[in-house]
Amino acid sequence: MSVFAIIISAAAAAGEAGADSAGLPQLDPTWWPSQLFWLALTFGGLYALMAGRFLPAIGGAIEERRDRIADDLDSASELKTQASEAEEAYNTSLADAKAKAQSIAADTRAEVDAEIAKMQAETDEALEKQVVAAEARIGEMKSEAQTKVRAAAVETARAVVETLIDETPTDETLSGAVASVESA
Amino acid sequence: MFNPRAAGPMEQFEILPIVPLKFGNYDISLTNSSLWMLIGTGAIILFFAFATRKSNLVPGRTQAMAETFYEFVSDLVRDTIGPEGRKFFPYVFTLFIWILIANLFGLLPSFPGIPHELHTFTPTSHLIVTLALAMVTITIVILYGFYKNGLGFFKLFAPSGVPLWLMPILVPVEVISFLSRPLSLAIRLFANMFAGHVILKLFAGFVVSLIGTGSAVMLFGIAPFLGAIAVTALEFLVAALQAYVFAVLTCIYLNDAVHASDH
Repeated sequence: MSVFAIIISAAAAAGEAGADSAGLPQLDPTWWPSQLFWLALTFGGLYALMAGRFLPAIGGAIEERRDRIADDLDSASELKTQASEAEEAYNTSLADAKAKAQSIAADTRAEVDAEIAKMQAETDEALEKQVVAAEARIGEMKSEAQTKVRAAAVETARAVVETLIDETPTDETLSGAVASVESA
Repeated sequence: MFNPRAAGPMEQFEILPIVPLKFGNYDISLTNSSLWMLIGTGAIILFFAFATRKSNLVPGRTQAMAETFYEFVSDLVRDTIGPEGRKFFPYVFTLFIWILIANLFGLLPSFPGIPHELHTFTPTSHLIVTLALAMVTITIVILYGFYKNGLGFFKLFAPSGVPLWLMPILVPVEVISFLSRPLSLAIRLFANMFAGHVILKLFAGFVVSLIGTGSAVMLFGIAPFLGAIAVTALEFLVAALQAYVFAVLTCIYLNDAVHASDH
């Protein structure tokens, strides 16, 4: 007996078993009312529960999440704006402080410079005065010294003449002689 | 000798009463189909009750999963219908999740040896169920279409910009296409579930029959066994895809109702 024959007879047996129950069970109207009744009951009940309870609950949860995310995004962007505003304010005040510090430094420097210049001028003036005074004294001493030297020369010349020719020259002659030597 | 009996491929679709119930002349017994509708719906309710027990700003696992479903269907409705589609969102969502779970739970394995009534059952493998769901969609489309557009809803059958002489041909075509919508919607889902489970059961039946031979031929059972595994994987894909297709087509038809007079 071939394998195929066995397979075919098995299939035939299976088919026969089906043929025993007259026709398709689907086309037997005996159980149509029952099927329709239980379909209406289960499907209708499920619809009522879905429409009344489950779907609004799920939709509400989804909606709530969407709102919450949108809210969070809004507040995040608001905070970001605030942060950038704060940063701007900080930068402004920092720049102000820097400018102020610079102006203070410049003022102080100018003040100090002025003071230094003033002190220098004062010192210069004092020194000038001292120099002038010193020069005046030097000139005085010089002319005094010259007068004394001339008097000494006249005296010396008189003594020399007296000793040499035993004659006392006049003061005019002596001072004239000294002046001529001086100018020579 | 172990001699298993392979169930016929149609046996899985048989409806068996568990708790007999009567409503007037109608038999509305709790059947294996009802049981799996209840199991699927119950699982959905438990899941969503757990997922929404407290709504966290940062969602937990179940809440994140529920929100994924929500966003998925919500995007689908918005993209297909637009902002007016919001009012249909609960309906499309319920439709999608109910069909998805009914399809997927139908792929669960049955416990071996339990009574046939308690075997895994796929409610969406029955045409009457998918047809009922499709009729609900089409009823909403027609009622809302007339409510929103009045008689302008009939513009759906006469697209603008079409030359007048074409109308006698085009209008019947549009009417037929509109009327066939519930059927195609229902049959698409039903046939996918039905065919998938038949193929699965055929492969599984081959395996059982080949084991039943008791000889070395048993080894040939490996091929249909691997086939059954592959088909099972495919069926998971089909289960999710058909739930999605049903939801998408519902949205497209609802879009017609909302925008019929804009045509």
